[in-house]
Amino acid sequence: MTNIRNTRLDTPEESRPNAGLPSVHGPQVLTRDPRLLTGTVGGTTGGTTEHSGTPHTPALARSPQTLDLMLNMGPQHPATHGVFRMELAIDGEQVVDLIPHIGYLHRGSEKLCEHEIYSQIITLFDRLDYVSNFNNELGLVLAVEKLMSIEVPERASYIRMVLCELNRIASHLLFAGTFALDAGALTPSLYTFRDREKIQAIFEATSGARMMHNFFRVGGIKEDVAEDFGARVTQLLSELDRGIDEVDHILTFGEVFLARTKGVGVINGPDAVDWGLSGPALRASNVPYDVRVYEPYCLYDHVEFGVPVGSQGDTWDRYYTRILEMRESVGIVRQCLGQMKPGPIMAPLRRIARPPKGEVYAHAENPRGDFGVYIVSDGGEKPYRLKVRPPSYCNLMALRDLVVGQYIADAVVILGSLDIVLGEVDR
Amino acid sequence: MTSQDQAREAAQPRAASHEQPKPAAHGRGEAETIAPVHLTPKGEALAKLLPSALEAFHPVVGADIDEVTCRVPRESVAEACKVLKTDPRLTFDYLRLLTVVDYVAADHEFEAVYHIYSLEHRHKMVVKARTPESDPWFPTVTSVWRGADWYEREMHDLFGVDFRGHPDLRKLILPDDFEGFPGRKDYPLHEYDEY
Repeated sequence: MTNIRNTRLDTPEESRPNAGLPSVHGPQVLTRDPRLLTGTVGGTTGGTTEHSGTPHTPALARSPQTLDLMLNMGPQHPATHGVFRMELAIDGEQVVDLIPHIGYLHRGSEKLCEHEIYSQIITLFDRLDYVSNFNNELGLVLAVEKLMSIEVPERASYIRMVLCELNRIASHLLFAGTFALDAGALTPSLYTFRDREKIQAIFEATSGARMMHNFFRVGGIKEDVAEDFGARVTQLLSELDRGIDEVDHILTFGEVFLARTKGVGVINGPDAVDWGLSGPALRASNVPYDVRVYEPYCLYDHVEFGVPVGSQGDTWDRYYTRILEMRESVGIVRQCLGQMKPGPIMAPLRRIARPPKGEVYAHAENPRGDFGVYIVSDGGEKPYRLKVRPPSYCNLMALRDLVVGQYIADAVVILGSLDIVLGEVDR
Repeated sequence: MTSQDQAREAAQPRAASHEQPKPAAHGRGEAETIAPVHLTPKGEALAKLLPSALEAFHPVVGADIDEVTCRVPRESVAEACKVLKTDPRLTFDYLRLLTVVDYVAADHEFEAVYHIYSLEHRHKMVVKARTPESDPWFPTVTSVWRGADWYEREMHDLFGVDFRGHPDLRKLILPDDFEGFPGRKDYPLHEYDEY
């Protein structure tokens, strides 16, 4: 559904985040090219010949007679990765404004949590970020454990770390595949889905479910892993090493891929921090903030790993940061398997967790970023108030700044590079 | 039984009717406990620094488990946050979470909670402010952290709390024609009827 409306851009050209930043395309991608307005470049930008051809000046980006086309994208659109909807104001092929709409998947999870006991809430958390279920569960149980001052047995922590890091790889593989699709490449998704399925098979063998695991418990995990777990994961890791390399070789430095992603959707470090970005989206802008390093939880201070950061903060950096992160995760899983010893997997606790009165905020590094859980407990067996800090929600907030001034096709790639999951955004 | 327990029961009469009456002190014969506070050295240094840094706003500094908390009057939330962000000893540049908690049944108040973090000093704290239920508003902090934008819109949707000065308080996660404030405790959660 499209309709024509006369809209004016409310932010001047110079104050946009992308203004003045260098690009491999040259400056015309980031600022509006005067030659497009006069219709002398190409012939593909329909409607541009109607412009009066006034010279481009920063104060008046185009002739006053120009009408912007309002283009609706989503909620049923494959490139929006779920039920996200955006209204794009476009002038030719360039986006001059973007209005995001979320909430199509709002289920009131936080309100529901106030009516469930803590062990039931774990199942609701599985359904927030539904491609990294273990990481979500971890965020919740960490918060409740902190509130109740519970010491988790070492073996349980290591198993949690192994599962969470494998989940991170699975999530990033899904990202790499769908992101390649967004950029117009079909083949990488076949490779990444193949490898992701191998990880899901391990999850299924461990928890009984491919996705909605309900495996972590307050104080530990549901049951110990099978005897052949270590051997199977070790075998899987060597396959993943190869799989990640394959994707990397096919995609990363491909000429077309570089042209689509380099210098597109740039956000600098201070802006990214101001928007509250986190995870690979923040680290791509050269801010090395990783919860696993800044405030270690589980036993992340017992393993060694690097935190990959980008330098430009563009779409390519956000992609490549994740590829490098997968390799670090493989390393973490190897170390965890090496350090894991037999032992108990649950702290001795009552069956129904009843935390003391108090307020707690705990967070963990999810594949998408800093996943936080804030619980207000009144001493009962259900939380008085529970609030989630969803990383993709914060990342999505910055979308308008990233997209305005770019082409429509780039809007799809930029949205893909933020790697949102609507289950978490809408809750 | 605390005032919050009463608030909870008052807020969910239907749920309460299904449950057995609760024995005193949750049936354990134990006194109700409060989560112990154990601040890190960084947290303790911050707690010492805050009263002087925020002197103009009459802060009440406390602690929850491992977080330093600071309560300020709601009128000065935005200015206090500005100071917290710009003071070189504090530099709270990262807004982690902004939320509203409903204490209407107990105190006739809403509480805004701001979880903030400093990437430079690597310390964290919580800013809190309360507003009366009859006139619920807070000043917006979008001018301090742009990331507060959607949080404030969402809290406006769910709790009907106004964030004065926010550039665009349209509905965010609820449909445009939705009426009522489903985040509040007095908004019923429709459960399945038992037959």
